[in-house]
Amino acid sequence: MLYAFLCYHDEDAVFAWSQAHDEAVMTALHKVHAPLEKAGRFGPTARLMPTTAATTLRKDTDPPQVLDGPYAETKEQLLGFYVIECADLEAALDVARDLAKANPGGAYEVRPVRGFYPGNLSGDTSGA
Amino acid sequence: MSDVDWIEAALTAARPQAIGALLRYFRDLDLAEEAYQDACLRALKSWPKQGPPRDAAAWLIMVGRNAAIDQVRRGARQTALPDEAVLSDLDDVEAPLAERLDGAHYRDDVLRLLFICCHPDLPATQQIALALRIVSGLSVRQIARAFLVGEAAMEQRITRAKARIAKADTPFEAPGPVERAERLAAVAAMVYLVFNEGYSTGPAGEDDRGALADEAIRLARLLLRLFPAEPEVMGLLALMLLQHARAAARFDAAGEIVLLDDQDRGLWNRRMIGEGLALIDKAIRHHRRGPYQVQAAIAALHVRAARPADTDWAQIDALYAALEQLEPSPVVTLNRAVAVSKVRGPDAALTMIAPLESRLGGYFHYFGLKGALLKQLGRNAEAGRAFDQAISLAATPAQAAHIRQHLDQLAGEAAAGR
Repeated sequence: MLYAFLCYHDEDAVFAWSQAHDEAVMTALHKVHAPLEKAGRFGPTARLMPTTAATTLRKDTDPPQVLDGPYAETKEQLLGFYVIECADLEAALDVARDLAKANPGGAYEVRPVRGFYPGNLSGDTSGA
Repeated sequence: MSDVDWIEAALTAARPQAIGALLRYFRDLDLAEEAYQDACLRALKSWPKQGPPRDAAAWLIMVGRNAAIDQVRRGARQTALPDEAVLSDLDDVEAPLAERLDGAHYRDDVLRLLFICCHPDLPATQQIALALRIVSGLSVRQIARAFLVGEAAMEQRITRAKARIAKADTPFEAPGPVERAERLAAVAAMVYLVFNEGYSTGPAGEDDRGALADEAIRLARLLLRLFPAEPEVMGLLALMLLQHARAAARFDAAGEIVLLDDQDRGLWNRRMIGEGLALIDKAIRHHRRGPYQVQAAIAALHVRAARPADTDWAQIDALYAALEQLEPSPVVTLNRAVAVSKVRGPDAALTMIAPLESRLGGYFHYFGLKGALLKQLGRNAEAGRAFDQAISLAATPAQAAHIRQHLDQLAGEAAAGR
């Protein structure tokens, strides 16, 4: 079963991290990613820019309305996601626990994936 | 990752909101600060054991408030106390009934804090010092070092600023729409001054000044969360991100300035550039041009060029022309002259800056540019005189060293008999 891991964290805290701290967290996370990658269970991931960079299109009006900012103002913000293959919910929660140890604070919402399309992006576009 | 790291990050992030709420409660900056300090100490003791609270700011506000009230109780029994219902035990802080701060409170508390720091009665230097102390939580020592003044002097500056605010009228009331717009402009200006203090002087990381640029970016993000549809705030944040993205390339190993043309573009921070460009995209949609947006657009044209030769100088010239209209200033014209020299040649640029000399006679960059333009035209003797004047006006060793390179080249050419 594929699970999406939606990563929530206080963006004020995350974007106040020093570069050294950010790199330390990333190194710790990569240690969790590596065995998953090796096992062929590691799907697409993304790290999102802060919600100040977000724009929301409300489509319940005609024409749709474009609003500055994220869909919802929340205490913790959606800052990224993973898609990971896990045997069952327990296995998925184990992955979440490992990720949490590497990057404490905030929350992971673990959500089973209903349909998955790998898309056709190629190459590393993580630069920005 | 150590406990201290994430706790520090959480405390820093919660600070503006926590101090803002405590200020609403106590209406006294010192008391609010002490209460927050107290709550932080307790957080350092309790969070490593219990894990982070779900809502760090709410936790700090409750704990800080209770601690301060205890102190007030001990100090003066006669002081009117706040409603007992909100003074619950620490254990209750995490309970569902503990006060959850709603979005409106958050916005008003943080805004009030920023507006107070940018109170019109305060000179800019005091505004910056106060904001860095109160909103950002930098220590007096850090701020003093960043501004190259003694700790005692900075302490005095901050104390004076607080005293003025205490005397000022009704700083705790939410301002009306017109005043709000005015104060927003003042806060934006303060944030950009903080940035420039950190940006203009020396290599990042060499001292505490580099931290000021990061802090300014953080403050601008905060401001944009409060005013999410304000294109000038988007522009301000974009401008600082695009400038700061070049920080690692702006100085060489010896600490000397590396001009834009000579910078290793591989050292530019792609993440900051990406965010800055995204913000400009958002701002443009509003069709309400302003000085920060135009400056950000200029910075964007620089970072979009893969090589210096790819820079769209004609467009930069046009944007500076727009900026001259929005915010006429000799410094803007001076910057425009750089673009003009690339598009129409050094002669045209010299003609453009000649009338500025009376007003920029004490400005390092004026003579730096004048010297460089004259040198391009082969008028070496005049160039030398301009560079001499620039050196005498240099504010930092890096600036002086950069001009000295030019002078050395001129001397080299003279020695070679050219």
